[in-house]
Amino acid sequence: MTAAIAVDIGGTFTDIVLEEGSRRVTIKTPTTPSAPAEGVMEGLSRVLGEAGLSASDITLLLHGTTLATNAILERKGAVTALVTTAGFRDVLEIGYETRFDQYDLMIEKPAPLVPRPLRFAVEERVDVYGNVRTPLSEAGVKTLVPQLEAAGVKSVAVAYLHGYANDAHEQRTAEILYDLCPDLSISLASKVSPEIREYERFTTASADAYVKPLMRRYLADLDERLHAAGFSCPTLMMTSGGGLCSLSSAADMPIRLVESGPAGGAIFARTIAEDLDLPKTLSFDMGGTTAKICLLSEFRPQMSRDFEVDRSERYVKGSGLPLRIPVIEMVEIGAGGGSIAKLDAMRRIQVGPDSAGADPGPAAFGKGGTAPTVSDADIVLGRVPLAHFAGGDFTLEPDRAVDALEKTIGAPLAIDATAAAIGVSEVVDEAMASAARRHTIERGFDASDHTLVAFGGAAPLHACRLAQKLGIARVVVPPDAGVGSAVGFLRAPISFEQVKSLRVLISAFEAEAVNELFGHMRQDALAVVRAGAPDGPLTERRTAYMRYVGQGHEIPVPVTDGILGDGEAQTLRTTYEAAYARQFRRVIPNAEIEVLSWGLALQAERPGASVGVDGNDEGDEAVSDAAAPAPKTLETGILIDPVSGKGREVPLYQRENLTEGSLLEGPLLVAERQTTTNVPEGFFVRVAPSGALILEAQP
Amino acid sequence: MTDGSLDEIRSQILWNRLIAVVEDQATVLLRTAFSPIVRECGDLSTGVFDVSGRMLAQAVTGTPGHVNSMAAAVGHFLNHFPPETMEEGDIFITNDPWMGTGHLNDFTLCTPCFFQGQLVAYFACTSHITDVGGLGTGPDGTDLHMEGLSIPMLKLASRGKMDSTALAFIRANTRQPVETEGDVYSLAACNDVGCERLQATLAEFGIDNLEGIAAFVLSRSEAAVESAIKELPEGTWRYAMTVDGYEEPITLNAALQVAGGRVNVDYFGTSEQQRRAINVPEIYTAAYTSFGLACAIAPEVPNNAGSLGCYRVSAPVGTVLNARYPAAVNSRHIIGQILPDMVFGCLAQIIPDRVPAEGASCLWNLTFRGNTDRAVNDAKLFTITAVTNGGTGARPQKDGLSATAYPSGVRGTPVEINESVAPLLFHRKELRAGSAGAGRTRGGLGQVIEIESAIGADVEMLAAFDRVKFPARGRDGGKHGAPGRVFIAGGRELQPKGTQTVKAGEKLVIFTPGGGGLGPPSERDPAAHSDDVAAGYVANGD
Repeated sequence: MTAAIAVDIGGTFTDIVLEEGSRRVTIKTPTTPSAPAEGVMEGLSRVLGEAGLSASDITLLLHGTTLATNAILERKGAVTALVTTAGFRDVLEIGYETRFDQYDLMIEKPAPLVPRPLRFAVEERVDVYGNVRTPLSEAGVKTLVPQLEAAGVKSVAVAYLHGYANDAHEQRTAEILYDLCPDLSISLASKVSPEIREYERFTTASADAYVKPLMRRYLADLDERLHAAGFSCPTLMMTSGGGLCSLSSAADMPIRLVESGPAGGAIFARTIAEDLDLPKTLSFDMGGTTAKICLLSEFRPQMSRDFEVDRSERYVKGSGLPLRIPVIEMVEIGAGGGSIAKLDAMRRIQVGPDSAGADPGPAAFGKGGTAPTVSDADIVLGRVPLAHFAGGDFTLEPDRAVDALEKTIGAPLAIDATAAAIGVSEVVDEAMASAARRHTIERGFDASDHTLVAFGGAAPLHACRLAQKLGIARVVVPPDAGVGSAVGFLRAPISFEQVKSLRVLISAFEAEAVNELFGHMRQDALAVVRAGAPDGPLTERRTAYMRYVGQGHEIPVPVTDGILGDGEAQTLRTTYEAAYARQFRRVIPNAEIEVLSWGLALQAERPGASVGVDGNDEGDEAVSDAAAPAPKTLETGILIDPVSGKGREVPLYQRENLTEGSLLEGPLLVAERQTTTNVPEGFFVRVAPSGALILEAQP
Repeated sequence: MTDGSLDEIRSQILWNRLIAVVEDQATVLLRTAFSPIVRECGDLSTGVFDVSGRMLAQAVTGTPGHVNSMAAAVGHFLNHFPPETMEEGDIFITNDPWMGTGHLNDFTLCTPCFFQGQLVAYFACTSHITDVGGLGTGPDGTDLHMEGLSIPMLKLASRGKMDSTALAFIRANTRQPVETEGDVYSLAACNDVGCERLQATLAEFGIDNLEGIAAFVLSRSEAAVESAIKELPEGTWRYAMTVDGYEEPITLNAALQVAGGRVNVDYFGTSEQQRRAINVPEIYTAAYTSFGLACAIAPEVPNNAGSLGCYRVSAPVGTVLNARYPAAVNSRHIIGQILPDMVFGCLAQIIPDRVPAEGASCLWNLTFRGNTDRAVNDAKLFTITAVTNGGTGARPQKDGLSATAYPSGVRGTPVEINESVAPLLFHRKELRAGSAGAGRTRGGLGQVIEIESAIGADVEMLAAFDRVKFPARGRDGGKHGAPGRVFIAGGRELQPKGTQTVKAGEKLVIFTPGGGGLGPPSERDPAAHSDDVAAGYVANGD
């Protein structure tokens, strides 16, 4: 019997899930930022206690953490220097030369992770073809050493122009620095992010260098504690790309560890989608401060290489530091249960990005919050069964929610608290729908033929309305939605993905150069994957990032497996044109096509990882013929419909009381400890064998 | 709850939806455009209009120059093509600088949108086309017809069928026929997407026209701007500035009047229109002036006919800010982008804590042309515009932004991308020490950029730079930013405007201007000053 544990350290909570065969034990504890490894160990001992197991029973440990992200947000990383091409000392600071808000005269751009006095220039130059124009000044590198030491530098990013095309200068610089200061942590841009566009690459390398000493320490500390506590199983780390890697690979490239929690959420959604055989889904994770939406096509989350950390204006695109690493693509907006609603100059309701958080929290918490939040609106609309909130441990004060909504929203608009609550709820649902719609349009998909997989505390309250706005007919609310990311870790493959720039015109395609590039990339990936999965079959996925010459956006296009022949050019052209036509409705006759970058992802499935908890693989769509007995109603309450504005008495069910085969017609509510599922009029709900609630719109 | 309460909520949601529709329209254009300045830098605009041609929503993109100038273009389309003659699938096009957005490189397309057989709205979009023939990008022309292809008000598609004659004319009049035709298709496609989304929205909301929502959007927006204006003291404030010009310095004069919840800006006393292509059509003068006003007065109110209607802009006919056909206008952005500084100069007299000092303001676009060794589509020539910037003016509580575009919102171009599309070698692109105007808060820094041919060939530079003779001025005791400079390393000075050759082996050096400072430098926080010294932003003695 295998027993695996997943530990997801989030900003506020640490989620731990232990899975042994069909049994699952989950724990949620507050995160301890000051002693992260200690927090993990405490949580582990608690979960083992609850499960009645000991450390030696555990066969696999999976871990994701926000530690790297927090170090960047709080600027608590190592003293970091940048060594770069002479003449380009300020790439990190010049950035995009633009403002993330067109109309705000007072914006502040995010400060680069390496300040100017720690950015050092070295004579060297490689051109766009990778040819050396100016040889590396080795003497120049050596003279940096005393300056680095004097400034107390602990970590160095080496990033040269066109280093992705020829990394020899970066490699040689690293050798020289390592010889002279073996304790220095070194990150090479050509390794961390070997892609064209210097600002993104240099910033990514700097961020990697910035968090590396800290993450190395943490991972070593954790490893030591785990051994001391009797864990002898392998430990794997979750990456932003949705794959797992070994501790040593993680320590090598720690920037890949940012955003592992949301990636786990996307993998969780994938598992649910596979379980229910739904190839096209949108995962919808709505918590206290944000909502995240991820598109899954053919069960696979969309990948991206664009990600921003440390946005100075929360959720405003362009206000953060760009990281160019493989990530599961997600749109995030500042809309969660705790998001605060107010009116703007046009008396329009605005929701978020400010959040009341857990303290003081929504007005109805009675902890001093006076600003109306999304949760307050949900409470006023009857979506939250007061007696069952948080399992009945917490008393809500709905009058405070009414007051807050009336004062801030209702009075200035001359509408009552209920209408104000509808307004807040509709604005937030509309904002999420717009974000989801734009995301699917950008990818050339139609949101309406997807299924929404809703998890996180606030998602099941809003999922059906969001679905209606997107024209989506089916919503799934999986069990254990409150610890979805950690469950996702348990289902993730061991994998590594890399993207490297090599510009190739399709009309001048030479298979040899591409085969050689893929050969190197496969070697790199293999080392990482085999460190986590010493044997077992591998799957490889190769991608060409293509565009018409002259365009700025590349479209990912699959590349044939194995050694490529020159005929691949025609295949790539055909596949590209098909993909382009799907996204943009037409192809451009006679325009030259090029590949700008190439991606390779190698992965090893872990045995058992993709199987559902119960090992039930007979398919869920088979609804049992025997009608289940009607479940017990806890009580009834008034639920207000956001479209008609009318209230209606609806039944409330306890989720545990709903059994496979139950089929109930909305409007109704289903309560559970972490959340409530709101099934509005026009939706039916049934229970899948896995325990997931399936909500379907009446045709 | 009353039905009125729900109407309020539904109107708000529908307004949000209209904004989302035009943002989606812009997304499609951004992702399909060929013109590098559109896709890398966001030089585009999209919007939705009601049946009487009033703009209801416009996407926020990188181009203030399109603020309400694209909107005016829709009015011109309606005058030329009576709405009752329009059919589903028709598309209209123009690049008339006086009816569109100020120069021939901007193509504007307008598509009537039908729902249940009735005309319900118009979608319009504008984007910058890299090459429209003529002399190319730069201020060298002396009349409009030297600047390339003129597309009058034309019907580009009838009932869904593109006019092959019009497309053939367009292809024949550009150095980049494939890309230009691609851009025309891309513009057409984004309007289609907008229209489809609007049709779905009308069906979802169960309405068959935009009348109600138009009234709601426009009246709310107008009221919001009006009340912001009413917080300003009434009266008239003046500001004057001298800028480089091409053949002679140019004087700009503005009188900004606040009265009755409206702001009127008039440029009486501004220099006559010029022989060279730095002239500005009035529509473009209005765009950048309105943008400056919106930033300072009501930045949170979205652009539409209601909010923009509160700002009125005029300039005497025949001045450089209201040039007459057939004046040359290709580089109208040079002076256009300085106009927000004119607005701030006036407003500093009444709301000094809300407006910055003068900045570099005009984009320092590096446009080069020459032979290339990396032929694509059998072309032997390259043209490239690398977007770069100087510093913005000091702000009342904060320093100016270094190497940052304002008022334009376009992105700088990565050096590695420049070198991949053109045979150029950049030797340097760094912040320019000592270029910021000192002050209580200092200006943003400019840049130093050094470039030579990567293949030992002559390269033509199409210069269009300003703030070389007359720098960005400081305010209230703040120092001026450093002026810009263009020269050959160890050699001759180059002219800031006009086509010139950088010879093989020569290294071109460009200093972009710094922003002006605000308040006396003696009042600067000593810690901020020593940080600047440590970083090398200023020389120690400054």
